[in-house]
Amino acid sequence: MAGLEDLLKEYLPVLIFFGIAGGLAVVAVGASYIVARQKPDPEKVSAYECGFEAFTDSRGKFDVRFYLVAILFIIFDLEVAFLFPWAVALGDIGMLGFWSMMAFLGILTVGFIYEWKKGALEWE
Amino acid sequence: MQAAPMLPEILLAIAGMVLLMVGVFVGDKSAKPLTYVVAAALFAALALGWTTPHGDAFGGLFVADKLAYFAKALIVIGAAATVLMAAGRATPSDGSGPMRFEQPVLMLFASVGMMLMVSANDLMSLYVGLELQSLALYVLAAIRRDSLRATEAGLKYFVLGALSSGMLLYGAGMIYGFTGATNFDRIAASVTAMGTPSLGLVVGIVFLMAGLAFKVSAAPFHMWTPDVYEGADTPITAFFAAAPKAAALALFARVMTDPLGDAASAWGQIVAMIAGLSVIVGAFGALAQRNIKRLMAYSSIGHVGFALIGLAAASENGVRSLLIYSAIYLFMNLAAFAFILAMRRDEHAVETIDDLAGASQTHPYMALALAAVLFSMAGIPPLAGFFAKLYVLSAAVDSGLYVLAVVGVLASVISCFYYLRLIKLMYFDAPRDAMDSPMPRDLGLVLGVATAIILVFILIPSPIVATATAAAQELFQR
Repeated sequence: MAGLEDLLKEYLPVLIFFGIAGGLAVVAVGASYIVARQKPDPEKVSAYECGFEAFTDSRGKFDVRFYLVAILFIIFDLEVAFLFPWAVALGDIGMLGFWSMMAFLGILTVGFIYEWKKGALEWE
Repeated sequence: MQAAPMLPEILLAIAGMVLLMVGVFVGDKSAKPLTYVVAAALFAALALGWTTPHGDAFGGLFVADKLAYFAKALIVIGAAATVLMAAGRATPSDGSGPMRFEQPVLMLFASVGMMLMVSANDLMSLYVGLELQSLALYVLAAIRRDSLRATEAGLKYFVLGALSSGMLLYGAGMIYGFTGATNFDRIAASVTAMGTPSLGLVVGIVFLMAGLAFKVSAAPFHMWTPDVYEGADTPITAFFAAAPKAAALALFARVMTDPLGDAASAWGQIVAMIAGLSVIVGAFGALAQRNIKRLMAYSSIGHVGFALIGLAAASENGVRSLLIYSAIYLFMNLAAFAFILAMRRDEHAVETIDDLAGASQTHPYMALALAAVLFSMAGIPPLAGFFAKLYVLSAAVDSGLYVLAVVGVLASVISCFYYLRLIKLMYFDAPRDAMDSPMPRDLGLVLGVATAIILVFILIPSPIVATATAAAQELFQR
């Protein structure tokens, strides 16, 4: 119990920092509401874009295929990240380590064949 | 390092990958044959589990004991029955399009995840098993991706599930930080040495329990259940209701009593609160539901609450009652969903409770079976559901949880109202447009067998009670 309190005391500066940061934000926003004169009109509250009318909605759609490519990339990227420490430590982890990675790569290959056959790798 | 106790799971994982390859090369027309292979593989794994030695595997990450096998038997029965029931609904004529071949394969992967998590003996393997199950379930919830409700259900389940996984991981991290171990045996030793659990450990336990309570859909982490049950395809809902519930309850029991058994003073009252809230939410939430799937969702929240009353007792008797409850609930659920899947009019699924009106005249046997199941869910003797509640309540009273037991009984009385309303609709209201008949044979088989188990439990209770007793005994000897 005492150990936990000591641990928490070490984080006290972080707590104080959060307090100051939050307080400053409230003061900055709140003061501009209270002190400044507010007379909104449509021109004032509309989005400002270099003096032009906004051309499009700021929340543009883009193709779901980008997400798919990104996700598939992440999977194989992580695989490589996993292979590096394995390759470095291979001398120490022996045959068990070797075959564990082979099993992992086998599972990944199954997934790869699946996504290939499903057409996830084709753009059109 | 030995792997033998894990052979059933390894077999199932390999089978899953082979079937995935078969499916992707053959296409969706392989979906129906695949379901039979999946069901056969599940039973083969269970049989293999009976012949392989019990014990630890992978350096204590995995344990095959009686609790694990009790839960695995429930998982296999629940998963295989719902996989087969889903196969019957794969015909394009029902308006939902052909079944995708991924559906049985994902159900198999989810089952592997459940079997791994009930066998987990380490926070790491617990999480891996839980995620394997959850990720497969997220996809299953939204497998009809052209349906608005199914995608909403899948997304809701995914977002809330990811949140609960995060909480569970945070709790596991805190427990590791304050006990210095992820292995259950070493956590148990550390907790015993600690005497009164430290504040950090309690925080860890609370977060871990929040994650687990989400997975069993106990109040106050139940919000996803009605929407997911309603939105997902009905065969998928049946799967959700059957196997994962039993698995998560067994996991909950193991985590609380095995590594954290000596911290029962810390988690006992939290489980009691979760259990009490769940039975109340389950009882009151279902009163206003007209959709039978939503009704079953609230009913499941209430039943999970009842099972957790057994865990709140924090005794061998309590865990035994939890296991018995989850086994009996599994059969009641299978029967109820076999009936719901058979509710069709002009080849289209119907799912409001008013569609049941007069079913006793148009479908006398189906209505009789459902009435028995509903009486059992309400806890009317001499049906199995009564004994499930009796075991739980007597365990709670033995541990001095009188208030919780009274809350359970009162909630049970309230929940009688909506079970009896269904029976009244079937038996005393005039029939409307008749539902399609006859009932498909596979659904009739599941409904018949599950109802028979509920009916004969009073005569032959030992297959469930004796194995649950042995499982709880072994858990408390460790």
